[in-house]
Amino acid sequence: MEWEELIPSSAGPPPDVRRKPEPGGRLARLRERLSKSRRALRAELSASLFDRLDAQTWERLEEALIVADVGAKATAEVVSRLEAEVEAGEVTGPEAIEERLVELLAGLAGRETPRLELSAKPSLVMVVGVNGTGKTTTIGKLAAALRERFGLEVIVAAADTYRAAAIEQLETWAERAGTEIVRGNQGGDPGAVIFDAIAAAEARDADVVIADTAGRLHTHGNLMEELSKVRRVAAKRLDGAPHETLIVIDATTGQNGLRQARAFAEAVEVSGVVLTKLDGTAKGGIALAIAGELGIPVKLIGVGEALEDLRPFDAEEFARALIAE
Amino acid sequence: MFDQLSDRLQETLADVRNRGKLTEADVDKAMREIRLALLEADVNFKVVKSFTSQVKERCLGAGVLDALNPGQQVVKIVDEELAALMGGASRDLALASSGTTVVLMAGLQGSGKTTACAKLAKQLGDGGRKVGLAACDTQRPAAVEQLVTMGGRSGATVYEQGTRRDPVEIAEWALGQARSDGIDVLIVDTAGRLHIDEQLMDELAAIRKRTKPHDVLLVLDAMTGQDAVNVAESFGERVDFDGVVLTKLDGDARGGAALSVKAVTGKPILYASNGERIEQLERFHPERMASRILGMGDVMSLIEKAEEVSDADQAAELERKIRKQQFTLEDFLAQMKQVRKMGPLQNVLGMMPGAGKAMKQLRQVNMDERELDRLEAIILSMTPAERANPALIDGSRRKRIARGSGTTVQAVNQLVKQFAQMRKMMSQLAQGKMPDPQQLMKGMR
Ligand SMILES: Nc1nc2c(ncn2[C@@H]2O[C@H](COP(=O)(O)OP(=O)(O)OP(=O)(O)O)[C@@H](O)[C@H]2O)c(=O)[nH]1
Ligand SMILES: [Mg+2]
Repeated sequence: MEWEELIPSSAGPPPDVRRKPEPGGRLARLRERLSKSRRALRAELSASLFDRLDAQTWERLEEALIVADVGAKATAEVVSRLEAEVEAGEVTGPEAIEERLVELLAGLAGRETPRLELSAKPSLVMVVGVNGTGKTTTIGKLAAALRERFGLEVIVAAADTYRAAAIEQLETWAERAGTEIVRGNQGGDPGAVIFDAIAAAEARDADVVIADTAGRLHTHGNLMEELSKVRRVAAKRLDGAPHETLIVIDATTGQNGLRQARAFAEAVEVSGVVLTKLDGTAKGGIALAIAGELGIPVKLIGVGEALEDLRPFDAEEFARALIAE
Repeated sequence: MFDQLSDRLQETLADVRNRGKLTEADVDKAMREIRLALLEADVNFKVVKSFTSQVKERCLGAGVLDALNPGQQVVKIVDEELAALMGGASRDLALASSGTTVVLMAGLQGSGKTTACAKLAKQLGDGGRKVGLAACDTQRPAAVEQLVTMGGRSGATVYEQGTRRDPVEIAEWALGQARSDGIDVLIVDTAGRLHIDEQLMDELAAIRKRTKPHDVLLVLDAMTGQDAVNVAESFGERVDFDGVVLTKLDGDARGGAALSVKAVTGKPILYASNGERIEQLERFHPERMASRILGMGDVMSLIEKAEEVSDADQAAELERKIRKQQFTLEDFLAQMKQVRKMGPLQNVLGMMPGAGKAMKQLRQVNMDERELDRLEAIILSMTPAERANPALIDGSRRKRIARGSGTTVQAVNQLVKQFAQMRKMMSQLAQGKMPDPQQLMKGMR
């Protein structure tokens, strides 16, 4: 999956902008990182997983998916479907079975190629999620990618006015990404910050506004209501806004991720998931449950703390990472 | 989940009562449900495996007691075994008898270290200690500023040297400063790091070596999934932590990760962090966590809170009323006022049995602090007679109350309905019975 697929050129990279070449070392590093996380699973799933088919085969597959945080329900669905197909003789041979498994898992993640909808000018991207998942960091990375790869002019809006030093943190990222920042005061109204950022984008003819929001647990009704309100303010101010509402989910999150996504989706109509911290050993299988159950596609993945550690999500690659090298 | 689990178990074991004893097949069926429940709660699958086999053994030995139906009985066994696995009572920090005690905080990115540092500082400070905070997270942008701000709120002295210096050196320097300032406890905040990041894990080990902490605490997000055991094992190997701080418990994660970590490392969980405000840090109670993992609610905490807020006489009177289902809206209002003194409602509600369902429904009416104001307004718009006997509240009274409180008839209805359920539930609890989940669910819908 390439950046250009995620954000089709209709979003309009000016012709004079040189796309940033893919540094050879970076992809290799990513592969290495991803394979590191695969290794553990690979150990569970011996290479000959589907060589002999018996009750243990399915049990081990089930365990592997559970360990990847796919969740009992989605796991059972996938395993029983695969088992049925194999028993019916529709799929035969270890390799074909594994391919079919990848297909089923990738299918859960979503059949369509994910897109970031940034064709409006300016577009507003709202970034939401529970505390500490990587919202601010993702914004820094995304701003850099949009600017460097597509030549888009980005303004980041520091609408986390709650957490101590959140504004300063985003400021550092804006500097790293080379984008403008619109900020308000600590304790101020987050809606007003986004309002101002949209105005600034219009005045400066900028392409995209990315709004940081305070991390909040989805169980706090008042904070969720505040978020809805911020969204409403943005929608009133700018036609079609927010054009993207991304929920950031930490790959180490277990089954609670589904509840998070559901609650945020109810409050602000989430359009996509950013799955962060995939550079660790957690597999992020909860993203499959979220996509499968709520129909919210994963659009981006975070694979580190550096500016370039953000990638478009690739369902098949992800599915393979769950089960194979 | 408890409602569900308990229901499912009841269904699964429906015909057992007549036989009076659980057979192996019954127990196997029950274990499948339990396995699912635990996995859904993010308990590590290996832990689930060994746990269910242990529970199975005990269930096979057990007869069916009269007081409980077989489903509830299995739940009870599971709860007890979970509590045993979670460990005994939590301990306090290991404070040095003289000189500066050092507490080192470590964990993954975003787990809540900085907030936990400030909360711990606040708690120790309130306990009369002189507390210092060392800002050794030079990695994340503005982490130092965050600690300075939050630490300032806690009243602690923050030792920082910006982000240019090596964190190991900052830690050592801060300890020197703290000692000469006569600081009782120095809490060292560190950058979040992946357990597989060799370089940063080396750095953490070096901080540990130089500052010789009395306690190393692993800060763990309660929402963590199956990976929690890998994280805990790695941190255990590299920095041999002594205990765990479990964070973000104000969410609705079941927190199976806590159980997993305890099971694989044997390290106790010392603190539970349950909110963004600086005073929201509590001692960890293993038996409560066990109930939470099963979604059984936290009866103990609830009772304790009630005890805290009212004096002994009041408490006795309250208990009598609850038992007899004579608890009125007037009492409810008084309790609510007192409970609000105890902290945010979410925390208190989260402790109630059946809270899974209740919370959901309460969330639908957006039960937050502002909602409490509304509830108060509704009750205050009732006459004393209505408060004492909500059955009086008919259609026209509802309209009047709604108008008086500036709310809607639905809101009044909801309150009256929920109150009735609560009264029943509380009475059952007070009599040592577990509320019948079937009935509970019916009421909640
Ligand atoms: N290893 C790794 N760390 C990440 C990744 N994304 C974010 N982080 C780290 O996670 C921590 C939290 O990230 P933030 O961006 O501050 O998260 P946030 O969601 O904005 O947090 P709050 O605003 O406090 O709710 C920081 O230490 C980040 O460096 C990732 O993909 N991989
Ligand atoms: Mg942030």
